[in-house]
This record gives sequence, structure tokens and C-alpha cells, in this order.
Amino acid sequence: MAELLLEIGLEEIPARMIAAAEAELARRVEALLSRQRLGGTTVTSYSTPRRLAVRVEGVLAQQLDMQEQLTGPSWKAAFPDGNPGPAAQAFAKKAGVAVTALEKITTAKGEYAAATVQRAGQSAAKVLTESLPQEIGALSWPKTMYWRPNKPERFVRPLRWLICLLDETVVPVEFAGITAGGVSYGHRVLYGDRPVPIHRPADYPAALEAAFVIVDPAARRHRIRSRLDAATRTLPEARWREDEALVEQVTHLTEWPSVVLGSFQHEYLTLPEEVLVTVMRDHQKYFALEDKQHALAPHFLAVLNTEVDSAGVAIIRHGNERVLRARFNDARFFWNYDQKIPLRARVEMLKTVTFQRDLGSYFSKTESNLLMAKGLGKTVAAQGILFDQAALEKAVHLAKTDLTTELVKEFTELQGIVGGLYARAQGQGEAVAQAIYWQYLPAAMDDPIPPTVEGRLLGLADRLATIAEMFAVGLEPSGSKDPFALRRAANGVIKILAESGLPLTIAGLESLALETLPRAGKVGAFLKERLDFYLREVRGYSYDVVNAVLSTGLTTVADAIARAQALTEVRGSDDLAAISTAFKRIKNILRQAEEKQEAQSIKPEDLIEPAEQQLYAEVVRVAPQVEALRAQQKYPEALERIATLRPAIDSFFDQVMVLAPEAHLRRNRLALIASVLSDFSRIADFSEIVAG
Amino acid sequence: MQQPYDVEVGAGTMSPETFLRVLDPRPFSVAYAQPSRRPADGRYGENPNRLFKHTQFQVVLKPPPVNVQEIYLESLQAIGVDLRQHDLKFEEDNWEAPTLGAWGVGWQVMLDGLEITQFTYFQQCGGLDLDPISAEITYGLERIAAFLQDVDSLYDVIWTNNITYGEVRHLEEVQFSVYNFEEADVGKLWEHLRLYEAECQELLSRANQQPQELGVAEQRRFPILPAYDLCLKCSHLFNLLDARGAISVTERVGVIARIRTLAVGIAKVYSRMIARESHG
Repeated sequence: MAELLLEIGLEEIPARMIAAAEAELARRVEALLSRQRLGGTTVTSYSTPRRLAVRVEGVLAQQLDMQEQLTGPSWKAAFPDGNPGPAAQAFAKKAGVAVTALEKITTAKGEYAAATVQRAGQSAAKVLTESLPQEIGALSWPKTMYWRPNKPERFVRPLRWLICLLDETVVPVEFAGITAGGVSYGHRVLYGDRPVPIHRPADYPAALEAAFVIVDPAARRHRIRSRLDAATRTLPEARWREDEALVEQVTHLTEWPSVVLGSFQHEYLTLPEEVLVTVMRDHQKYFALEDKQHALAPHFLAVLNTEVDSAGVAIIRHGNERVLRARFNDARFFWNYDQKIPLRARVEMLKTVTFQRDLGSYFSKTESNLLMAKGLGKTVAAQGILFDQAALEKAVHLAKTDLTTELVKEFTELQGIVGGLYARAQGQGEAVAQAIYWQYLPAAMDDPIPPTVEGRLLGLADRLATIAEMFAVGLEPSGSKDPFALRRAANGVIKILAESGLPLTIAGLESLALETLPRAGKVGAFLKERLDFYLREVRGYSYDVVNAVLSTGLTTVADAIARAQALTEVRGSDDLAAISTAFKRIKNILRQAEEKQEAQSIKPEDLIEPAEQQLYAEVVRVAPQVEALRAQQKYPEALERIATLRPAIDSFFDQVMVLAPEAHLRRNRLALIASVLSDFSRIADFSEIVAG
Repeated sequence: MQQPYDVEVGAGTMSPETFLRVLDPRPFSVAYAQPSRRPADGRYGENPNRLFKHTQFQVVLKPPPVNVQEIYLESLQAIGVDLRQHDLKFEEDNWEAPTLGAWGVGWQVMLDGLEITQFTYFQQCGGLDLDPISAEITYGLERIAAFLQDVDSLYDVIWTNNITYGEVRHLEEVQFSVYNFEEADVGKLWEHLRLYEAECQELLSRANQQPQELGVAEQRRFPILPAYDLCLKCSHLFNLLDARGAISVTERVGVIARIRTLAVGIAKVYSRMIARESHG
């Protein structure tokens, strides 16, 4: 058993791509070894900004020898008269065996000539030299580049060295003009350009650690966290703000991480925390600190890709503090500058900010939003939802004005938030400020929805107006193309409706959209498709339950969820399965029946069999109960009641022939099963439920 | 070493020493300081970190040597940055200039949290795929000077004995901010843009009507370099109009496309000339 090490040395790989590439390389090497019958037991992978590596224990030095049976021409063709003919000679020659060694085998297609050949296993070194370059070249990257003359290959960044070792032997794998050796390189600054010889794969992590590179990202992550903790402990009662994504990012930006604690002047704390944190986290990759009350403290933690003495710490702290001060100064400059023109004076300025080429400016967008918001407000107010109508309208009016501010031009990720902060600072009232502040929530499916009714209505109006306007000019998404992120907008609509419980139906939203924009078209179908997606992907309901719920009339999103939930709970039961089967049968019969059964009413006097009389009695008894429960949205109880129909339905189908020869009996029975279907399919279309 | 190019440009990349030279398949390396004018970045001399005009030190290496990053690090040591006492990171930053039809892949180099250099492997220029690839290293000189001198404001950088950067440049920042944001005559800017564009287009259409059998010497006479100057003029006028708030977002896309068309046309004619020259 041998041990394999592969290291790919690169110029700095983008941090966001490293984890996936490390995992993919390990997967590819492992799959290659198994495909090539070269064993491989334990696979360990490593990565830093300058390298991807994988180490495999239990690799066979040689592929096992293998016997292989080759199938040739049909036995008759090969041995036409019992003696080997030209076809047999040719096949034996090709297989490398004597004609006398050919055997007769019987397959499904008949008798064939076959040859058993011995395949000698190849050495692991040979196989790897031949196959590893392809695996390296096949790694998938979000963005690649050329660097060598004549552009022979694309890769994420230029390749600078390769290591491929099988125990102590170099395997001369070649990629991008570089032949693998046994030499790696350490930390750029702390170890310089000196080569780091790796004698055997097991030495790899330790040899690089001696060259100031921690090759295991988990170890770096751990080191970063403990250094962040240690630096924070030097301040009384301080805490660093947990930020997993940032920890991940700096883990992939460093080979030898350490942490420096820096400070900034108290005066900057008068700037909104959102601005300070965005500058620190998004622009500088610093961790913010907070005091016991979670208020921002005038300090930050920078993760370095080096380790320096105390003089160096002072220099680096000083440099980072200087940069942050400059950034905060910028932000303060913008903040003060923006205050010179209040938001309400900026509405007019929106005329020069294009929303979309075919749709005009954000000024006209604001007008559409306002129409939509008024319509939504009227609808929910009529249903008894309490909110501040004037605040909603003011918030919609001012919602996009922050796009004209310098602060948002500088920190685009703060759109909405900046508008909310300015609205508050300019005395527009808390309801207005909050609605503007949270308007872009939810941006992703795991984001919360806006906390206030005004904010939710603003968010709905903005997204609906966008969808309706885009549809009206033929810019709906198609296939994988959704350049204006309309699906995301519609997902936001569904999520707000689902979690707010606002009494709005998709049909209601569609008619609102059409009132505002008569050409908006298939907005309802689009929203329904997103509701389907939401129920399946976000709520995790099975597709048949979702189909069953959505094929019945649409009420509110919250109601669809309640029905899907109730149906999911009884989905596995025998009674429901039986009812589902019966309903499918009813649908089939009705489809095949020639009579137009809709117009028929049941004539009780024509019910002659006991089983059909029984079913009719049950329907008459249970239907009003189910309807009452449904009206109260007591879906689990309603479904329970429907389940009690099972014996009556079962015996009906056992004992009664629906398509009786007598026309009046047939018509009456069709009318009976049609009424079963229509009376009990209002919560869900049970025929959609898939057995099992 | 080259002199700064004496036409207004927004970045060192736009100097013909980069834009046109990278199109040429022959090896070439150049370095020059380039005053870079970005009208919208002007702050009336009030913001300590933003300038209408800053200076880029531009280095182009074609093809890039295998140790290009190490050479770059040595350059930092050479200007007095002791890397053992600082924190250095190469962070992903892919550069793109839509008006030039140019893009590349690379990093911003962060020194103690300050972006001091843009490091790019050019992939396309003037809409043409490049081969060989050039490495472009762009140092922000004012920032680096402020870093080395440890001053908070670019205006406090010592220019020479007892004279600060502010004393040399502040007035220019104030007056150009006033002009760029308030005074520039929008109608005339559009008119200038139209005129420069028309002349550039005229040259390009003549270049494209040249007979195939034209001799190398005759082709060398064709004024494609002046055409590129005209394109640079258009680009600067676009920046002025933009700073002046005269271009809506809709128009913006259109004007960028107009300038890009010029740049792409020039790149094609220039490459054709180079190809003829090296084969003939």
C-alpha cells in the first residue's frame, strides 16, 4: 500500500472558490483511483489561497491483473463447418490468443465465439501520469483565464508548481507546462521563495507548517476564531460579532492567520451602525465588536495573513486604522452632504434615474408603486387589517429616493436602509422610516419579511408593480433566463403573503395588477407557479400534496399552507389512499361517460341498490359538515370527516355498476359520483395524491 | 519607460502604450506614470481621499514572467515597504472597461487594509482576444505616497521640500470640480462628442475601405493613432457629461456602446496593420 500526494500550486485563488475546488479535487482523485482499480482508503484534502492538495492512503502501487472475456463473431460464422474459418482466425489474432483457445459462449442473442485474455495491471505511477492532468483540467471554476502564450489551457489563476508523490517517488504528472516534482513553497513573506521539499506524503502538513502555511482550512478557521476571542478578551466586556461568512472568507484569504485589534474614534459612532458595519465587514473584512448591550464598540478586528512582532503589530494596526478612518470620513461626508437635500425633494430627481430601459424612470416606477399600494391597502383595510394608510403612501412615495444619495451610490448594498435612516433623521415618522428601511426584505428565501404592515404592503406593491410592468412589455422570464430577477421578486411576494397572513389572494393580486396595467397578462399564473415552488422547496410539501391543494380554487397563501399541512398529515393513511383511488376512478368514469352529467341532479327515487342509497345518504349527511369545517378552516377535522365516507364509497364501487344499461339509472349514478367529487374536492383534489 | 500620455484619460490602461500595445503579439514591456482624470470623482478638494485627477503608475509585462508576483513584491520592497512588517493579500478583483471592450482577471493588492495596486491579466482588449496575455500592474501613486509618509489626507503628502501635494494640486481640484459639476456647457459637450466621434468614424470607415494589396509602408501611414486620440477625447467627454448629470441611465448604455464601437474598430484596424507588418 502506498500513499499519494497531489498538490497544485497557484497564484492566489479567489477566496469564494476555494472550498468547492478543494472538495471537487478530492472527489475526482478518489473516483479516478477507484475507476482504475488502484484502491485508496483514506482521502484527506487541503487548501490555502495558493494551493489545492489531496492525500490518499491505501493506494495500490499496481493495478490488479485482470481476466477479461472478449466476445467475437457468432459461433456459426467463426466455425462454419466445425473448423475455424477466417472470422475465427481474425478474432483470435485481434484478441492475441490461439484459435484453439476460442470458446463457445451462449448469450441471449445466441452462440458466439469468445476469448479470455489476461490484462496485466499497470503501475499506479503510469496510470496517474496519464490521467491526473485531465482531472486537474476538468475542475470547474466560476471564472477562468489564459496566461501562457498560444493559450493552451484555461484555469482559475496561473499554475506555478505541482507535486505528485507516491510514497517517496515523484510521479511526473504534467499540467499547464509544469511537471510535478517533490517541492512546494511556503508563505510568501514569512518563508520567501525558498523551496519546501516534501519527502513523503505524510510529511506534507508538517513540512508546510514549518514554512508558515497551515494547509488545513479547518485548522486555520479554528486558529482565527481563537485569536479573535483572545484579542477581544483584552477589552472589558466586549464581544466580537459572530459572522460565519466572514470567518469563512478570511480563512480562504490566509495561509498563516493572526489577528490585530484596532480602534476608531468615538465620534464615528454617531454614524448609523449599518453604515459602520458595512464599511468594516463588506469593504474591509473586519469583525465588528460590541459591548454587553450589543451596541457597537469603537474597535475592530482585522485578520492578517502574516505574523509579526509587536513593532509590526503597531504598524499594521496603525495602517488599518488609517484606512478605516478614511472610509468612515467618506461615509460621514456623504451622510452630511445628502442631508442638504431631504428625501421629499429627491422625488423629482428620480426622473433621471432609469428603472428599466423600456419602463422609464424610478419616478414613474414610484407612481405605479403608489397605485398598487393604494389598491392593496384598500383590500386589506376592507378585511379589517389595521395600519397607517397615510404612512404607507408617504413611504411608497419616498421609497426609491435614496437611489439619488451619495451614500447609496457608494454603498449600494445599503439601499432602502439608507432611505429609512434618512427618513427617520428627517422626521418622517417611525412607520414611514421602518417601511422604507425594510422594503427589500426578503432578499433571499431565508430572510425574514418586513416587520410592519406598512413595510409588507410597500414590499408587495414594489414587487407586484415590477412584475406587472415587465410582463406588460413582454419581459417575462423564460426557461433559465430571468434577467430582471422577476422570479425572486415573485418569491418575495409569496413569502410575505405566507408569513404575514395578509388576507390577499393570488386572484385578487392579479386583478389589482390588471386594473393598474391592463396588459400585465399572466401575472396570476406566474404567482401560482411561484407558490407551487414555495410550497415544495421552502415548506417541503410533496409535489402531489401541492398539486392536490393548488388544483382546487385558490384562496390565500396562508390558507393553501394550512390545507397542504392538513393533507400531509393524513397522506399516508389507508382511508385517504382509498378515497384518492376512488376519486381517480370517478374522474375516469366521468371522462369516459357520454352523458353530460353536470346538468343532472340526483333523483333519489331512481337509486335502487342499497349501496347507492347508502352512499347518497352519507353524502347528504357529511357534505354540510365538511363544508362548515372548511369555512372555519378546520382542515384536519374536515379531512377526518371525508375519510368516514370510505366504507360507503368502497361498497358502492363493489356492488353497483355505474354505467348501467338503463339510461335513467346510469344518468343518476353519474350524477351521484359527480356530486361526491365536487362536494369533497374543495380542500384538495384527492385524485392528485400518489399512493405510497 | 514612457512619458505620460498627453490626452485626457480615465486610467493608465487607456494610454495607447497599453491599449494598443497589448494587441500586438510581439513581446513588449513598458512602465509610465499616467495622470488619470475622473470628473465624477472630484470632491472640490474637500474629501481627503478622493481626487478628480490622480496618478497611476502603470506597468505592462507581455508576456508575463512566471515570477511576476515576486517581481511585484520586490517593487514594494524597493519603494520602502518592508513586507515583514506589513500584511499583504491578493484579493480577487476582475477588471473591466466597457467603453474599451476590455477585461481581465486578477486581484486588488491589499496592504494593511489599503488597496495599493490593481493587478490584472488582460484577456480581451477592444473586443479582441489577446495572445499573448499581458500582465498589467497599476499602482495608485497618491495612496502609496500617503501610506509611506503616514498622512491622513492626500493633500498632506509632501511633494518636495516644504511643499505639499495640496499646495501643488488643491486649486486644480477645486476649479475642475466646479467646472465638471456646474459650469461645463452640456450642449457644447454633446456637440464636441459628436464632432470627435464623427471624425473618428470617418477615419475608421476609410481604413476599412483600404484595398487589401496596400503596401506595408502605405498602411503604416494610415492615421489610426490619431483616430485613437479622437476616441479618447470622446471617452473623456462622456465622463464630463456623466459628472454633469446630463446622461440618464438609458442614454448611458447607448453612449458607452458608441465609444466602444470606436475602440473596437480601432483595435481591429491596428491589429490588422501589425499583422501585415510582422508578416510582410
